[in-house]
Amino acid sequence: MSETLLEVRGLEVAFGGFRALDGVDLTVGRGELRFLIGPNGAGKTTLIDVITGLTKPTAGSVRFGGHDLVGRREHEIVRLGVGRTFQTSVVFEELTVLENLDLAASFRRPLWSLLRRRRGVSEEVAAALETTGLADLAGSRAGVLSHGQRQWLEIGMLIVQRPRLLLLDEPVAGMAQDERERTGELLTEIARDHTVVVVEHDMDFLRRYASRVTVLHEGKVLTEGSVDQVRADPRVQEIYLGRAREGAEDAVR
Amino acid sequence: MTAPVERAGTTTPAERPETTALAKGGAAPDGPVRRWQGSAGFAAVFTAVAVLALVAAPLLLEPFRLGLLAKYLCYAIVALGIGLAWGQGGMLTLGQGVFFGLGGYAMGMYLKLNDAGGDLPDFMVWSGVEELPALWKPFGNPVFALAMVVVLPVGVALLLGTLVFRQRVRGAYFAILTQALAAALVILLVGQQGLTGGTNGLTNFFDFFGHDVAAEETQRGLYLIVAAVLGVLYLGARQLVRSRFGRLLLAVRDGEERVRFLGYDPAVVKTLTFAISAGMAGIAGALFVPVVGIISPALLGVVPSIELVVAVAVGGRFALAGAVLGAVVMGYARTYFSEELPDAWLYLQGALFVLVMTLAPKGLAGLAAGLVRRREARA
Repeated sequence: MSETLLEVRGLEVAFGGFRALDGVDLTVGRGELRFLIGPNGAGKTTLIDVITGLTKPTAGSVRFGGHDLVGRREHEIVRLGVGRTFQTSVVFEELTVLENLDLAASFRRPLWSLLRRRRGVSEEVAAALETTGLADLAGSRAGVLSHGQRQWLEIGMLIVQRPRLLLLDEPVAGMAQDERERTGELLTEIARDHTVVVVEHDMDFLRRYASRVTVLHEGKVLTEGSVDQVRADPRVQEIYLGRAREGAEDAVR
Repeated sequence: MTAPVERAGTTTPAERPETTALAKGGAAPDGPVRRWQGSAGFAAVFTAVAVLALVAAPLLLEPFRLGLLAKYLCYAIVALGIGLAWGQGGMLTLGQGVFFGLGGYAMGMYLKLNDAGGDLPDFMVWSGVEELPALWKPFGNPVFALAMVVVLPVGVALLLGTLVFRQRVRGAYFAILTQALAAALVILLVGQQGLTGGTNGLTNFFDFFGHDVAAEETQRGLYLIVAAVLGVLYLGARQLVRSRFGRLLLAVRDGEERVRFLGYDPAVVKTLTFAISAGMAGIAGALFVPVVGIISPALLGVVPSIELVVAVAVGGRFALAGAVLGAVVMGYARTYFSEELPDAWLYLQGALFVLVMTLAPKGLAGLAAGLVRRREARA
């Protein structure tokens, strides 16, 4: 495997008596596209929350490119190069699509330079508009975007920040089929020159776009490997596909 | 492109002018409003208002009425700051009176010392104070006093903002905190009779930088200064709102958590904005003192602070012009009803606030923008 970018060791998070994470180890190499799957409550989102500083772990360490992330404030972690999206996409509805992207792209500018008005469109922002297919909507308020377009805008806002690690939390949840395909293409494109970790429920999406998969279950890493290896693992079938037999719609969708 | 290329921190993106496709997209969804806010339209409206305020008002209004307008414009400066902090930044500040008072007292202390001409200010003599308190001494220097008009409020706001916003105190908790600060300042001022003039505050001023403060020409000059200061601060605030910082401020208002994950520290953005609004209130307080001739605890406590927030809400907190308009309209309404129906004013003010919040949350400015949009849609 290539050089390690993210190294999570013995991570534990407890909410009251409930152990959301119970000793998670995870290593992601530079340039990897890693999928993180597991049934509801497995701790996928919690893991991302800890990496990005939103949740404080009770034990364990998160190392990213030589920095210890635990205990840092959220915006400091972003400045080290870790970007994320949320399950329910949050864009700034009062601002236009272009302004949303520009704000994201400007985060390394010194504060005083923000006092100037934006003139024109920077190359990164223009490129992100193209990549996400939102160029025609650049001047529209983000509030009018559809659910899928919001997710792409969020991904665009991530790309313009040039993060070294992207964490995408269920990017296709609630999307229609054509939107999923568009997102998949976007993901493949981004993964070409970024390190990406994707949390996803959707098995079909996983089969089409994943290479390496980590399975979380009840706050622990159950197994890790290629899509085929993971799918062949009887334990995974038990917790994931086994449930599919009981309620096919719910788990496999 | 004639504009200088902006330099980013680590990356230096070469900027290119907006393509026509982007510009067209920008005009589509809310075209009329954009056009109305466009720089040509704005310059016309702003110039008209400025001519009205700087030329017509001094010519047409009798001195008493001009003095009243000067007072309202002082409040409008505070309102502008509230519009920035609350309307744009989502920080409901119920204690702008504190900053207004700090600016006012800094000015008042200088004027008292200047009038006393080396002796003790009159109220200190009446309170039995025998030596000028150390706190007062530097305020004999006009440069120091004028600097303190801005430095004190901005300093207090920076300190408070740093402590409070870093701890992620916001919403109602922040509002209550600022209100408590206003109440505390009043108690402090009233309690220190010999130092602050107590309930009476500082009053009986005679000389204002070599001019008789009560003279008609001085008052007219003061009016022009207040109007000009308001105009300049308004343009500054407008520039701020339209800058990237202004976009960031809106983003903090609407999604503070999300802003953190863009790599910005919302606490810094909020603290700076709060400090700017405090500085405006301080300047307003300092101008208020020679215009009205008094600064006292009753002018800067909880009630006047909230009245200004109500005025901003009525005028329209999401537009800077709305905040200014609200302060002037509510000032006039207050004077009118206090003259005609003195008992009814408080109820009317309350009712107006409730009506605006329920029926027109964007205030007068929102109604006006709606009218413009409808007319353009018909055209």
